[in-house]
Amino acid sequence: MRHLDEYRRKGLVRGLAAAITAEADPEKIYTLMEVCGTHTMSVARSGLRSLLPKNIRLLSGPGCPVCVTGVGFVDAAVAYARRPDTIVCTFGDLVKVPGSSGSLARERARGADIHVLYSPAETLPIAAENPDKLVVFLGVGFETTTPTVAALVDAAVGGGVKNFALLSAHKTMPNALRALCTGGVKLDGFLLPGHVSVVTGLEIYRFVPEEFGLACAVTGFEAADILSGILALVRQVNAGEPKVQNAYPRAVTAGGNPRARALVDKYFQACDADWRGLGVIPGSGLELREEFADYDALKAYPVEVGEPVEPAGCRCGDVLRGLLHPTECPLFERPCNPGEPLGACMVSNEGACAAAYRYGART
Amino acid sequence: MCLSVPMKILEVSGDRAVVELGGATQEISIVLVDPPPVPGQYAIVHAGFALNVIDEDEARENLALLEELAEHHQRELDARGEG
Ligand code: SF4
Repeated sequence: MRHLDEYRRKGLVRGLAAAITAEADPEKIYTLMEVCGTHTMSVARSGLRSLLPKNIRLLSGPGCPVCVTGVGFVDAAVAYARRPDTIVCTFGDLVKVPGSSGSLARERARGADIHVLYSPAETLPIAAENPDKLVVFLGVGFETTTPTVAALVDAAVGGGVKNFALLSAHKTMPNALRALCTGGVKLDGFLLPGHVSVVTGLEIYRFVPEEFGLACAVTGFEAADILSGILALVRQVNAGEPKVQNAYPRAVTAGGNPRARALVDKYFQACDADWRGLGVIPGSGLELREEFADYDALKAYPVEVGEPVEPAGCRCGDVLRGLLHPTECPLFERPCNPGEPLGACMVSNEGACAAAYRYGART
Repeated sequence: MCLSVPMKILEVSGDRAVVELGGATQEISIVLVDPPPVPGQYAIVHAGFALNVIDEDEARENLALLEELAEHHQRELDARGEG
């Protein structure tokens, strides 16, 4: 088994879609939200919506870390890129996100030293090769990514690296889910992110069925994974028994990955975080602990940034809350497209606007 | 940026491992996984780090369940001439 193609087989996918059609009550509308950018992309790419009955509504939520990163963070990143003797290291998706006064891509065109990395682990070799420069890593991402950045900080602290700092916009899922449960669209259930859950385990979601009565299924990313998650949600809604179901058992265990969580806990503490579209959600972000302030870019090497200016007319905020379909944004396609993105949701591959642009309107 | 995929572990040495996906190999860190994976296992790899080890038994059992359910419904569709 490769744990990949097996879940894309056409017969399997069609049979599961037929199972959903057979079990979904035609009198009901099932409004389900996926809160993971990779789900958004995967649903769009595999054309799953055309296989599902019309009364299953699938909304994209705020699960793309680049999309939810506030303009203020991009502005701070741009300020570091403009500093002389500073190298900025980042994941690729962030480069094109517009800030108040341009993007990192624009700074790079003007000569800023910006490295696009696949792994945070590539940062320290860059710091070692440039001892006279400060190397700032832009930390974005949810529970899946934060442990990899914690490993970077761990290596920097362990190696006594002096010219490395982290600009952290890391975010955590639970309080964002809570915000979605209490405001915005009326939902029946969530398709929960498999790879966040690999780290967190299942317990963090329990309040969703218990306090809000919404169905939950943790799912993987192949077509059959997503369909089995949807089927689990349909069954929970039909039975009136919301719970947290693991529809990705090959990768997710109830307890998650305690070692990864311990490393994150060692270096990070909860803080309030600004989410594009959702605003400031208390306790939903992660910052370095006080004892590691030397590695906290904003504390050790403060930069001046003005009031963030949202891109004019961009409706990312509404898209991220499931209130607006990307194609309903007046700027969609023209002038906003992946070549010239106006908002973050059009930049990242995993953004709802980019997925709608690439794979057609009904996604 | 969140791309995470199952990759096959080929070699382990210390806290590094060589993994393979679709014929291409790369080196990753296994510091986040305890106990460490062994060659032949699959792990979800994200941004150069293994995040877990795939449970082969769970995988087989879950896939068999899904296949069975899918076949049942596909047969019903065929019987009605809609498949
Ligand atoms: S289409 Fe462009 S401008 Fe409109 S919400 Fe999406 S990213 Fe923003």
